[in-house]
Parts: sequence; structure tokens; C-alpha cells
Amino acid sequence: MAEAKKTKTVRTIKVDVDKCNGCRACEMICSAYHAAPKYSGNNPERSRVRVIREPLKDVYVPVYAGEYTPAECLGRDKYIIDGKEYDECAFCRASCPSRDLFKEPDSGLPLKCDMCEGEDEPLCVKWCIVDALTYEEREEEAEEDEKPEDIDVGLEALADKYGMDKIMDAVARMSQQKKD
Amino acid sequence: MRYAETGYNLEVDLSRGNIERVETDPRDTELYLGGLGTNAKIIWDRVPPEVEPFSPDNLLIFAAGLLCGTPATGCNRTIVTTISPQTRLMAFSMMGGFFAPELKYAGYDKVIFRGKSPDLVYLYIHNDKVELRDATHLRGKGAIETAALIQQELKEPKAQVAAIGMAGENRVFFASIEQGRSSASRGGIGAVMGDKNLKAIVVRGTKDVSIAKPMEFMELCNEVLEYIKYRNDHPIPGVMPILAGLGSPQEMKVHDEKWHTENFSWGNSRTRRKDFWNEDVAREWTETLDSMRTRLISCYNCPMTCGATISPPGMPTYMMKCFSKLTYTMAAMSDLEFGLGIAQSATEYGVDGFSAPQVMAFALELLENGILTDEDFPGMPEDNEGRFYWLLDHIVRREGIGDVLANGTYWAAKQIGKGAEEYAHNNIKKHEQLPLKLSMLNPIYFLMYATGEKINITQIEGQFPQAPFPKREHREAFVKDWFQVPDEKFKQYFLDWEPRGDNSIPYYPTPPMACDIVDWQERMHYIDDALGMCAGLSSFPLKPPYHLHNYPKFISAGAGIEMDTEKLTQAAKRYRTLVRANNTRRGMSRKDEKPPKDHWKKRFPELEKELLDTYYAFKGWNEDGIPTETTLREFGLDFVADDFLARGILKKDADTPPKDDAPEKDKEV
Repeated sequence: MAEAKKTKTVRTIKVDVDKCNGCRACEMICSAYHAAPKYSGNNPERSRVRVIREPLKDVYVPVYAGEYTPAECLGRDKYIIDGKEYDECAFCRASCPSRDLFKEPDSGLPLKCDMCEGEDEPLCVKWCIVDALTYEEREEEAEEDEKPEDIDVGLEALADKYGMDKIMDAVARMSQQKKD
Repeated sequence: MRYAETGYNLEVDLSRGNIERVETDPRDTELYLGGLGTNAKIIWDRVPPEVEPFSPDNLLIFAAGLLCGTPATGCNRTIVTTISPQTRLMAFSMMGGFFAPELKYAGYDKVIFRGKSPDLVYLYIHNDKVELRDATHLRGKGAIETAALIQQELKEPKAQVAAIGMAGENRVFFASIEQGRSSASRGGIGAVMGDKNLKAIVVRGTKDVSIAKPMEFMELCNEVLEYIKYRNDHPIPGVMPILAGLGSPQEMKVHDEKWHTENFSWGNSRTRRKDFWNEDVAREWTETLDSMRTRLISCYNCPMTCGATISPPGMPTYMMKCFSKLTYTMAAMSDLEFGLGIAQSATEYGVDGFSAPQVMAFALELLENGILTDEDFPGMPEDNEGRFYWLLDHIVRREGIGDVLANGTYWAAKQIGKGAEEYAHNNIKKHEQLPLKLSMLNPIYFLMYATGEKINITQIEGQFPQAPFPKREHREAFVKDWFQVPDEKFKQYFLDWEPRGDNSIPYYPTPPMACDIVDWQERMHYIDDALGMCAGLSSFPLKPPYHLHNYPKFISAGAGIEMDTEKLTQAAKRYRTLVRANNTRRGMSRKDEKPPKDHWKKRFPELEKELLDTYYAFKGWNEDGIPTETTLREFGLDFVADDFLARGILKKDADTPPKDDAPEKDKEV
């Protein structure tokens, strides 16, 4: 039986750690963009991208905030690349109890990168003119085994009634609860 | 609500261990902006000229510039102010890096130290929690090593640390304060920190810095970023590579060793080696730098990559910037591998990369000329490189002859006597300068060198080209998109500047033109130093992204202070005059504004006199270089005018009507 083929857009930030100059402009602009009102302040501690830096070991890893996890993992990995040992968790995106990254400093609530929805490109990319961060979009074929029409119809109806933002919030909340 | 600034200073009394958070007066921000400007006011109010550099009453101020911590690219400088043990004047050395923004995020604009701690301590600031902690276990540790140890013991890898090494602890007059990739080196401020028994300041901040008009401010920031990209893609044609782009001179990125080794002086600023460079040297030195340099790095929120991580074989990794790349190499008449190696030790010890090599070369010159003898250097190795390591070690420990040399060439020469003064030939205001000896006097450079009170190299360079371009067509092309000029007349000055003939140096630019140019360049430096902007994006390079036309907007939108070019210029002149007033009160005058006798081969005593006379008059200073009463009152510095009159530094201006209310008006708290 032939399945319906669909394409989806995958948005990625390519991180070239060799080009990172460690300036943390990405942290600054991320926190400024997400301030309310927009740009009214900045504070790298609120940023959804952090540069894991150990200058004397030449370790510079910009990491993006990913999913929240309520518990830290049991085994952690250490990577040695080109003779440089990276700290455990250096490449992990989780907002996790094991570390102080990706949490609102006041409330402790988890932060997550939203790719600066609505901008042409994520602002960290725009501000990284040394090109350690570059933005890429690509189309991927997605295999759908359910009838997409039904979902679309349903969602559209809901979107008309509540607006897209509310639905996205609800979905995010539900998927979070499911994990908990 | 305060914008851009936090509105709070930390007052730390090291003698009693008392720490207070003090709200500052927003009117001072309007008058003196911040950073250097407000530092100058605090020094005026609280450090009278009777206070010795090593007195507990001397203050040591770490200030984040007004716009540090905002999204303004490259605004990350800490301005450290105190009375220098070497120049005995007000020092305002600066460092980039990450310290100033972190201090803002912790909720403070300045940390002001007074008194003297009974034991070695460090200050730990974590937002509202501020404490003095024991540092006796860190005595003798390197500055960079200290930072790592403190981050470990506090479990705060993200804390920013400014620390002194052994040189600061032992009050070496050219000791620096090191902060990883940056240092505040000039003027011996590290010695004052050591005298106060303060090993380090550690700061960690997780609060917000607020912006008055967010959308306007971001638009300005975006314009700056776009212009930086444009300038990166369009280097200025016809000038040497390190002057063609933005940032600090790109010494880490660019292989410009040929130019510097041929044009700067080697040894104790003595020898020019015009035939030094050859293919073998080129190959060897390129290999040295390329193999030791692991990465080009930046300060906070800046794309310019002016620094580098350097890993000399068999030595710990450190970070370097700018011209310290060659200062040790050239002082020792050695090679780049030696220079990059000894700079590692020098960074840990915490010494200024300009003064330290000069002092060591000076000592060896005295030995060669019999003013010092072998007995002064017991146990010093025979080999050239070994001698430099030996000298550095003895200076930072103040052992033997090192104790004398640790005071810098000016004071050491005085103490040694026997004609040693002739060898301390590269200072102004008692402070060692770049190893430069030139042939023809340049009037702009002369004025900046003579009258500068930052007393360091960037003070003598600026947005006006250092030399005329060979042909008029080159100059026409240059002025075409030169929108940074404060006035169109500067374009004409440059267009008419010829390499030879009537319109060439030393008589062109004429003294009045030179005054205009120097005043512009100086003003840019002073604005940068109040805002915390790196000179490398403003006062230092040609065609920078920050200039007199967008700065007022940055201040209005960022700090919420109504500002235009006129008001900004007035503020900059006000605290520039206040810096001079602090120094005037400490005895500085025309007699000190003399470049070394041999700085240029050809000197023009009458022209030089005319230049100084014209410039002093232009600035509203008397013929001794002291701001007149009229000038002081014009800038609202009545408290300075009254002090000068009371001290007899000034006599009543004949043309100023007496002000009855003056004594009351200047009552400042």
C-alpha cells in the first residue's frame, strides 16, 4: 500500500565550535529578544543559548536549550575530540537538575529555544558574524501513516476558534504532562 | 528606575571589612556620564593631593562604563582608577574582557575600595551577596592561576575574576591587574591593589540590565553591527593591514612582524634594525605564531577577535592581545618564540607588557655601560634569554637590583644615579612608552603624546590618519564616505595634507588644525572611557562604527538621558578637565608635557612651543597647562576653581566677575 508522502521544514542551527570566539553575543541577544517588552533588558542568565567555555582548555561550545527533564540521567558522557576533553553534559541541551543552565534565574522555570519564531533567522545567528552559528532550513520527506486531512481539518477549526498561539501552548503543555 | 546603569556602587572599606551598597546620584551621570567621568569626580571629592598612592586613603575604583552590559557591541570595558605609584597622577587604566558586564548583571556600576586589609583577601560578589574572603592561600600565585583556583573553590566557573600576581603583591610600579584575556596594565594600578592586600575581585551576576527605549536602542545596535560587517569587507586601502580594519590592532591575526621589527626600536628603545627581516625569519616566526596560537578570541559581545589563546611548548596556556606579542622579543633582541614564552610568565606575575620589557632592557644597558656592574646581578645567567627571565623574576620579587628596577625606569634611574637618567629615555610623565624613535616630528602626534593623560599608546592614535596618503586621488577616495568627522573641515585638512612640500609635516597640519584634530581624537577617547566602549571600535581605528553622531543617540536610548552632540561634547570636556584638575592639583604642569629628547631625530623647539601654546589656549588652559578659572566655571566646575584659588594654583581671572555664591554652590556630598 502506498503511503502519503509529505515534506516538512526542518530548521537547524549549525554550530561550528572552531569558529566560536567566545564573545557570548548570542547569549546577550537571545535574552534581549525574549525580554518583555522585547529588548527592554538583557541578562545572559535568561538566554536559551549558552556558550560552555573553558578558555584555557580551548573549549567553546554554544549549546541550545532543549527539553526540560525532571531528573538527571544516570550515566554521563565525556567526549575527547582532537585531544580536548569536554565536560560531561557539554553537548546536552536539556534543562536539567544537574546544572544551572537554561533556567529562569528568578523562578527556576525551564527555558527552551524557539528559533526566534517570526524573525528571518534566529537572532543569535544574526549576531554571530564570525559564523560559528549558521542557520539552515531543509525540506525533509515525512512519512505519514495517518490520514493527515482529518487532523488538519480538526486543527483548523480549533485554530479559528482559539487562535494558533493558544493551541500551541496547549499542545506544549500536554506533551509536557505526558512526559511527567 | 535607572537605565543602562544600575544606580548602585559598592563601597568596600578594607581596613574594617565593611561593605556598603550605595545609591548614586543620577545628576552625576548627566554631568560625567559614568566610567572614567564619574571616577574622576570621586577622586576629586575623596582623594586630595596630600594622599600618597600607597596610603590607605587612596581609592581603587573598578568602574563598568555607562553602556557596559547593554547590547551595544564591544561595550565591555572596566575603567580602573587610582593614584599611580609611578606617575603619582590619576591613573585610569582599562581592561576589556567580561568583568564589566558581569558587574552590571550583579547590580553594580562601580566597586570602590578604600583602606588596607590586614591580611590578603579577595572580594566575592554574587548579586546581593558580597563578602571579603581569606586569600592567604593564594599569596604568590599567578594571576591566571588565582582565577582558576577561586572559580574552583567557589564552584563558580562562570564567575569573572580580576586578580594580581606576584608583581602586584610586591607593589611593582608597573604591576597589572589581569582578567584572563584582558588586563588593566598601565600606571601600576596592580601595585595599589597589592598595597591594599586585595588579591582578586570575583563577580557573578544574574540580574537584568535595562534599556530606556528598547526598540530605538536595538536599531542603533543593528546599524553598528551592519557597519562592522561592511568595514570587515571593506578594509581601508593604502594603509598597513593592522590599521585597515576595526578592532585593536590585529596583532594576533595578522603577520605584521616585518613592519614592527623594522620600524620600532629594539633593546632599550635604542636600535632600529632596518635589515633585520629576511625570508628565514619570516618562515620561522610565522611557524612560531601559527603553531602556538590555538584560537582567536574576543571580549564580551564583540566580533573583533583581537586576542588569542597562546600555548608555548612546555608552558601553560595563556591569552594575549595586541603588541605584547613583540615587546619582549624586541627588548631582548631575541625571537618570537622567546617573546611568546616569557609573556606567559609575565602574565602570571602580572606586569605591564610595555613597561616590563623596557625596564629589563634598560637594566642590561646600564650593565653594558658600566653604570651597574656584575655585582648588581649576582647569579644572573650568561645567555640573553636567561637574563631576561632572571630579571623578571627578581623584579616581581623585588629581590636585589630587582627592588630598584621594580620602580620603573624613571625612579630606578634616579636611585641608581651615575648618569642612569640618560638611559630612562622613553618615558612621558615618568611612564614607559612604546619603543618608538622617529625621524620627523608630526604635530598631531606631538600634541597627543605631550598632553595625553591616559599616558598610553592608544591615546596617541585616532580617527584621523597617522600620515598623509601619497596622492590627492587617494585622499579624495578616503574622504568620500568619511561621515564620522565632527565637521566637514576635517576632510579639507586631510585632502590638503601632502607627504612633501609646503603642506607636509611638521608645519602642516598647522597648529590650529592640529588642535582641532587632537581635540576630536581626545574627545572620542574620553567618551569611550566613560561609556566603557572599546577604543578598537571607536576612538582608535579609521572609520569606526561609533562616532560623535550616533553616540548621543546611544546614550539617550540606552540610559534615558536626553543627549545631543553638543551636550555630550560639553560633558566630555567637563570630565576631561576634571581629570586634568586632579593632576594639576598633584603638581602636573607644562614641565611634564615633554616627549623624550630623542623621540624625534629632528626637533623644532619653536614650533613645539607654538603647538603647546596654541593647544593650551584652545582648551582654555593657561600657559602652564592649567585650566583657567573661566574654563572651570564654564563647565560648572566651580568647586575646582575655588580649590585652585584657595591653593594658589590659580590667581583670580581678571576677566571673571567675582561670584559671591560660589562657595555655597559647590558644596557637594
